[in-house]
Amino acid sequence: MVETQTALKTRMEVKNLNFYYGSNQALKNINMPIYDRKVTALIGPSGCGKTTLLRCFNRMHDLYTANRYEGEILLDGESIFGMDIIDLRSRVGMVFQKPTPFPMSIFDNVAFGLRLKGIKGTELKDRVEKALNGAALWDEVKDRLKDSAFSLSGGQQQRLCIARAIAVEPEVLLFDEPTSALDPISTAKIEELIVELKRKITIVIVTHNMQQAARISDYTGFMYLGELIEFNPTEKIFTKPDEKLTEDYVTGRFG
Amino acid sequence: MSRKTLRKLFSNFMLFVSFLTAAYGIFWLFWILGSLFINGFKYLSPGLVYLDPTPPGEEGGGLRPAFVGHLIITSLATIMGVPMGIMAGIYFAEYGRNSKFFMTLRQITDIMVSTPSILMGAVVYAVMVRPVGHFNGFSGAVALAILMLPVIAITTDEMLKLVPKELREAAYALGAYKWQVIKDVVMRAAKVGIMTGVILGVARIAGETAPLLFTSFNNNVLTFDLRDPMASLTVTMFNYVMGPYHYWHQQAWAAAFILTMAVLLLSILAKVLLHRNLLEPLFYIVRSITGKKGG
Repeated sequence: MVETQTALKTRMEVKNLNFYYGSNQALKNINMPIYDRKVTALIGPSGCGKTTLLRCFNRMHDLYTANRYEGEILLDGESIFGMDIIDLRSRVGMVFQKPTPFPMSIFDNVAFGLRLKGIKGTELKDRVEKALNGAALWDEVKDRLKDSAFSLSGGQQQRLCIARAIAVEPEVLLFDEPTSALDPISTAKIEELIVELKRKITIVIVTHNMQQAARISDYTGFMYLGELIEFNPTEKIFTKPDEKLTEDYVTGRFG
Repeated sequence: MSRKTLRKLFSNFMLFVSFLTAAYGIFWLFWILGSLFINGFKYLSPGLVYLDPTPPGEEGGGLRPAFVGHLIITSLATIMGVPMGIMAGIYFAEYGRNSKFFMTLRQITDIMVSTPSILMGAVVYAVMVRPVGHFNGFSGAVALAILMLPVIAITTDEMLKLVPKELREAAYALGAYKWQVIKDVVMRAAKVGIMTGVILGVARIAGETAPLLFTSFNNNVLTFDLRDPMASLTVTMFNYVMGPYHYWHQQAWAAAFILTMAVLLLSILAKVLLHRNLLEPLFYIVRSITGKKGG
């Protein structure tokens, strides 16, 4: 499905990336591109480093001490390690495994990132509505924006978190197993949403569900024991992968 | 006897012993509360609150200076102690986590909770009473504020630690600075828990006598001047109980009853805050992140 396109633009690029939790090396010499407005999936067995890699893209590891990066990650050609971390995180958003609504109203949740940027008044209202629309949640919550975010169902909460993340209009959106805590119907809605979002936003998604990767991603990276074994168009990964290890994993021989 | 029967017997025996020790403690607690209720209730009268004390030996009068003084001293202590305690708790939970120095300080704070309160009185006496040469109400408030500080700091710390790291990360991921994450997300999630800590802290200082003996001391005359010695219910009770007059003892009983009821009400309020669904948002987050089911 992706063979036909021409001139892929690279939005982010990982170059010779090593990552250490203290003295424990979690990522080994990773090299991969993240193509603009495509969905890139990271798959692999538990503990392979896929979430660790995802959390490098917005430097979430910086929150904890003793974590160390080596190598380079570029965003639009610029090193993210030289960037102001607040700028980086408003350009590279993140949605987590479990829904993480803040203890405030639905409106305030979505407005959170916008208010940080100093957006107020009618512009704030418009952007919140736009974001909730973008996350396919507006119709369900438009009459109860003042209600607590906890009054929403798990699937709605996750879409609220997506709305909150896209409200600040990031260039890249990272998803860390966004549907692993959701029922199949909510999962389908989120997957639809991700496919819809890629028209404007570059998406990287970690998933341990191979069918999900096959359904929604354009490119897939297969990771094993901290190494990127193979990076290829998704179709190729799931039909005729270059590596024996990838084939064994996607056909369910281990993992 | 089989091994299984022996184990069963031993288990039942231990259960019985535990029950006895618990009953022993509860028995004395109810004994104290019971006699307080019976004696205190008997001598309650409205005049106790709004009348000034009569000259010693002359029946009648009330404890107005003590009620007013107690209210002033505890309120002032709360105003001083609560913000400082909360801020110390925030520091322990959010900033000092990786510093050996502050973690040691946290341990010391733990110990401070159980420091004999008379020590606080002695310290404040040396710093705020000796230099000015006379007892004063303000020093009493300071002693109580220091006393409640560790209680509030530790509750705040514990409540903030309950807020899952995923919630913080979600706020950071939107490009928030650390103080914004703490102020807008973490503190909000822990709000009710911290409030409970504050109420427990106030309840803790409301019944203190020892720190006030060396600081605000006592006063038979109603005063609002914090530079003067100031009466408090606890110190007045202490003096009246030691005194020779029967009506003093009665008034002390009544004052003890009112004070105990006030502290009891505060504690109940704290419990209600904790158990009515007000803490629900926090527990909900914990549940949804740890993935545990349950009401």
